[in-house]
Amino acid sequence: MSVFAEMPPKNYELLPKGGDADGELLEISMGPHHPSTHGVFRMDVVLDGERVVKLKPVFGYLHRNHEKIAEGTTYLGSMPYTDRLDYFCSMTNNWAYALSVEKLAGLQVPERAEYIRVIVAELTRLQNHTCLIGFFVQDMGALGTPLMYAFREREKILDLFEELTGARMMYNYMRFGGLRCDVTADWLARLAALVEGYDKFLDEFELLFNENEILLARTQGVGILSKELAINASITGPMLRACGVNYDIRKVDKYGIYDRFDFKIPLGEHGDLYDRFMIRVLEMRESIKILRQALRDIPAGPFMDPKAKLRGFRPKAGEAYGRIEAAKGELGFYLISDGSPNPYRYRVRPPSFINLTILEDMCLGQHISDAVIILGSVDIVLGEVDR
Amino acid sequence: METLEQIKARVEALWPNARLELIANESPSGQRSLLVDNASALRIAEFLRDDPELHFDYCSNVTGVDWPELVTQTKVKKKTVVDGVEKEVEETVETRRPEYLEVVYHLYSIAKKHGPVILRMRTENRADKANVPSLTPIWRGCEFQEREAFDLYGIVFDGHPDLRRILMWDEFKDFPMRRDYVEPDDYEYEPTPHDEVMEKAKAHAAQGGKP
Repeated sequence: MSVFAEMPPKNYELLPKGGDADGELLEISMGPHHPSTHGVFRMDVVLDGERVVKLKPVFGYLHRNHEKIAEGTTYLGSMPYTDRLDYFCSMTNNWAYALSVEKLAGLQVPERAEYIRVIVAELTRLQNHTCLIGFFVQDMGALGTPLMYAFREREKILDLFEELTGARMMYNYMRFGGLRCDVTADWLARLAALVEGYDKFLDEFELLFNENEILLARTQGVGILSKELAINASITGPMLRACGVNYDIRKVDKYGIYDRFDFKIPLGEHGDLYDRFMIRVLEMRESIKILRQALRDIPAGPFMDPKAKLRGFRPKAGEAYGRIEAAKGELGFYLISDGSPNPYRYRVRPPSFINLTILEDMCLGQHISDAVIILGSVDIVLGEVDR
Repeated sequence: METLEQIKARVEALWPNARLELIANESPSGQRSLLVDNASALRIAEFLRDDPELHFDYCSNVTGVDWPELVTQTKVKKKTVVDGVEKEVEETVETRRPEYLEVVYHLYSIAKKHGPVILRMRTENRADKANVPSLTPIWRGCEFQEREAFDLYGIVFDGHPDLRRILMWDEFKDFPMRRDYVEPDDYEYEPTPHDEVMEKAKAHAAQGGKP
């Protein structure tokens, strides 16, 4: 294999000849209940010493045929089910689904609802990236403490969400043509306080990690993904931008009201683990910028389109594909309507499932301990991978 | 971006044998699609990816859709002359949609930042000729998604490097996303003696094991 061409020669000569350790390949099954796999996920790994020679991901342990369930229920009825896809980012799942149905039925969303959608989506991105970094560092061996810092901040965001929707994780917040309930002035004031405090937390977090020698040694030059392969393999989200490809659906599609905000798209250079880590840190800074602008500009008004129907909702026959930039990549919903109250076809385009396509390419020739953090950097949630 | 009509014309000029069809979409989204024939799908996909104007380097979404045979009866009023008198007679007209499985590809361009162009392919039937060419050689991102369509719909992708079940377990027999899929009485090998499951299994057995 070409990967091995530039590697130092194997040191098996040092081992005694004969016996079990004589350069034989070892096949192990990592998972499904392995703490490093972020859920119920299995990798069939073939090892040459500590180097990965072959890696096949195995899915389906959480498969419940979400799409079939959604085809058997009404359009609005599957809104709570979308929460369970990527259970870290229920708000963005809600938004992607609502956006697709609004495209299918041609619904308009009031201004205030658009602002609130942006606010909750960016908060979701903040807490997802914060936790991801916590998990990522945990995978590298910094057990416990950094993750608890991340979860401390996440808890503040979840408190806000709980106050708004009544649930910590399964929000069921968006409706076709608006939202389920409005935010209060008090809520916005507390959000503003959180946003102001978040920069300080990020400074602290960066101070902890950005120049940490172990982190640099473990991540720089590891798990490199080339630009061309990333595009060809439909990689999206921070993974794609870490390779230096400028593609953010918030800028490309300008869905919702994202064209009104001034923010930048951080790009990586090498496509290695360090870039993927830093992209997330920088994206959080940009999210804070968007939140500040949204809090400044949010108008008063209705939060739900008065013409939108909740009961007896039957879109005209046809199809629509809507997509948003979720925290993990492009989250899309493809819907076909035949004019009945249920969707004829309901498809989720799950970003973390498709981002796993190139897991083997990134891990080949790396150490098995690096394969763990490479998987961590993909940022998967098995509720979405298996659906 | 060029319109679908322009793309169709260009493809047909390159390969006169290729059969393309525009599929209308009456919903407000207005996303129309391009139905391509299976024989020239791979060439067309390569053209869409490599053409400098179109440059669809990113295949976002791949999915299957099941269309079982559908016979719709519509009543049409027709004027006929009976015994020299003009009368309005109601007639039932039967329209039959043949059965097929469909694969849908959503293409975008990262370089040109346009899209989507929606490609569709159809199989001959839903049983023994459920074949379409795989586009994984063109876009690597189709790999897992085509496997998923194979797993859940039974669409066979010719030329796919690793066509196995992906979400269901390997021993599973049926295709659960099809419209006519019938859930088993019990997911265990033998019906467990819970009342509900046993009732279902008995009813099932009375029909000779047919759903």
